[in-house]
Amino acid sequence: MNNSRALSFGTGLFMLLGFAALLFLTTQTTSHGISLMRKPHYDLLAKFDNIGDLKVGSPVSIAGVEIGRVTKIGFDTHDYKAVVTLSIDAKYNQLPTDSDASIYTQGLLGGKFIGLTAGGAETYLKDHDQIDFTQSAFVLENLIGQFLANMGKSSGDKPDAAAPAEKTK
Amino acid sequence: MLRELRESLVDSIVSVGAIGRFLVRVAVQVPRAALRLDLVIAQIYNAGARSLVIIMLSGLFVGMVVGLQGFQLLQRFGSEDALGAAAAIGLVKELGPVITALLFAGRAGTALASELGLMRATDQLSAMEIMAVDPVRRVVVPRFLGGVIAMPLLAAIFSVIGIYGAQVIGVQIMGVDAGSFWSQMRASVGLGDVTEGIVKSCAFGVACSLVAVYEGYNAVPTAEGVGRATTRTVVTSAVFTLFLDYLITASFL
Repeated sequence: MNNSRALSFGTGLFMLLGFAALLFLTTQTTSHGISLMRKPHYDLLAKFDNIGDLKVGSPVSIAGVEIGRVTKIGFDTHDYKAVVTLSIDAKYNQLPTDSDASIYTQGLLGGKFIGLTAGGAETYLKDHDQIDFTQSAFVLENLIGQFLANMGKSSGDKPDAAAPAEKTK
Repeated sequence: MLRELRESLVDSIVSVGAIGRFLVRVAVQVPRAALRLDLVIAQIYNAGARSLVIIMLSGLFVGMVVGLQGFQLLQRFGSEDALGAAAAIGLVKELGPVITALLFAGRAGTALASELGLMRATDQLSAMEIMAVDPVRRVVVPRFLGGVIAMPLLAAIFSVIGIYGAQVIGVQIMGVDAGSFWSQMRASVGLGDVTEGIVKSCAFGVACSLVAVYEGYNAVPTAEGVGRATTRTVVTSAVFTLFLDYLITASFL
């Protein structure tokens, strides 16, 4: 009897561990998750024209130091802008009200993150305040489009100047 | 030469058919064997809990290797943040179920086959038949069920430990941002990927357990026969696993 209890205990432990692993896979590795462990924090809002591929969970940094994360991304139907909620660690509660937020890229093809630059105001941003000065994500396609358009324009303007340049290549 | 080839072809078709018939014979007995839960629990313990250490160790190292290799590769494109996504998808969909199945065949499958083979060789199975106890119901089905239940759980544990291993290498040693690691993983792993992994591990569990009990139950009742049954268990399980892996992957695309 005792032996069989020990056996059942071992089996039960194994099965619980297995189901815990399954639970972890379904909730923590997928987007259907529940997030655990929240530090004290406060929320800021920022509106962007274009956020590129900024994702929930992307870091927020100031002077290169990570101070928070993106917790929510929404869309404002009135002015057609993306509304990003930034969750900032509560110990960094002295960000001037005229700080600005820009979206940068980590590496050439890496993920996006939000970089804050401190302003000079005497008052500080509080919970649910909005950052007014924002700069959108740099979208590679737009840049290439602009570059190509400029190329077309300059070769159209000076056809004879472009031709010798072609030959020297 | 040609005749040998034809005979071996016929032999392999016959053995596939025999395994199929054995599956039906086992499956018919499953509901009744489920009533003897204590037997099944003992077999889950044998096949699952005792494979835990090897599965967790292998998972850790496989995850760490995936972390290292993935980091090296992704670093060239400056997108090492995608490491979490790459490691999780690789582990959950492929490496977890497949490597667990191969280890399971080696650790639990061989134990099952040699145990049953030895029972056959020492006439224990015949003795049961004489006592009007169906050996398939009393001995084979609990072992089969134990393997089928243990395998998906083992694969899930393997994947989780593997993701932890990749995280150790990527985040704690190579300095990938922890938030990007997890957020990119969450953004790119869908519930469908996890489902694919679970379906695979269930299918591999059925295949590996079935092959093990089949080979053991039908072993030639000599020392040599038991040895050959054990070897064939590993070989056949591995081939079945990889074949099924291709089929399931293709059907999920």
